[in-house]
Amino acid sequence: MIINEFKMTVDSRSVNESFARATVATFSAQLDPTLEEINDIKTAVSEAVTNCIVHGYKNCLGKIYITVKIHDDSKVVVTIRDKGCGISDIKKAREPLFTTLGGDRAGLGFSVMESFTDKLTVRSKVGFGTTVTLCKRIHGRTK
Amino acid sequence: MSVKIQFDGETLYCQLNGEIDHHTTLPIRLDIDDRIENCRPQKVILDFTDVTFMDSSGIGLVMGRYKLLSEFNGKLEVTGLSSNSYKVMRLAGLDRIANISKGVK
Repeated sequence: MIINEFKMTVDSRSVNESFARATVATFSAQLDPTLEEINDIKTAVSEAVTNCIVHGYKNCLGKIYITVKIHDDSKVVVTIRDKGCGISDIKKAREPLFTTLGGDRAGLGFSVMESFTDKLTVRSKVGFGTTVTLCKRIHGRTK
Repeated sequence: MSVKIQFDGETLYCQLNGEIDHHTTLPIRLDIDDRIENCRPQKVILDFTDVTFMDSSGIGLVMGRYKLLSEFNGKLEVTGLSSNSYKVMRLAGLDRIANISKGVK
C-alpha cells in the first residue's frame, strides 16, 4: 500500500540532474535509510534523469516527470518519464557498454540503475517516450 | 564541481571537488586533458577524496583519461574513492585498467 507520494516535473536541462536526485533522496529520507541506501537512490535517479536529457530529448528541450511512492513495506518506487524519442531496442539499450553516444559516455547507465536498486523496469515507445521505474526496499538504520 | 591541478615534472595531480555528473564533467575533463596534452606526465593521479557524489559520468571521466594517457604510456591512479564511487568504478571494471583505491574517511 502506498503511504506517501510525491510528484514533480523539471525541464530536461542538465543543471536539474543534481536537483532531481537530491529531491528524490530527501523525500525517501522519511524511511530512515542508511547513507549507502540514500547514495544508491541518488545514483540510480541521476542515471535515469541523465538518460532523459541526453537520449530522450537529445535535440530538444522537454519535460521530465518524476514520481516517488513510499510503500508501507519500506519500498521506494521512483518513476522517471520523458516524452522524448523513445528506445527502439530496449534489450540492446540495457546491455552493459552499449551506447549510441561517443565521447566519454560509458554505456553503463542501465547497469548502474540495475545494480543500485532491487528492480528496474523500462517501458518505451519510439516517438512517444520512455518510462523507467526503479524499486528499492529500504532496510534503514533502525530496522 | 571543480578541479585543482598540480604538476611536479613527473606526476599530474588532479584534486577533484564536489559532485560528478553529466552536467559537471565536461569543463573539468577539458581542464585535465589540456594539462595532460601540455605536460605529457608519466603518471596522473585523480584524487576523489573531496568528491561528494558520482554517477556513471565518473566512469567516462576515468576511462577517457586512461585512453589519452595510454597514447604515450602514462599511468593512471585513482585515489580517495568513497564506497559508493568505488562500487561504480568496480562495476565498470576500472580496477583492471587503473590502480583504484578507497579513501581513509
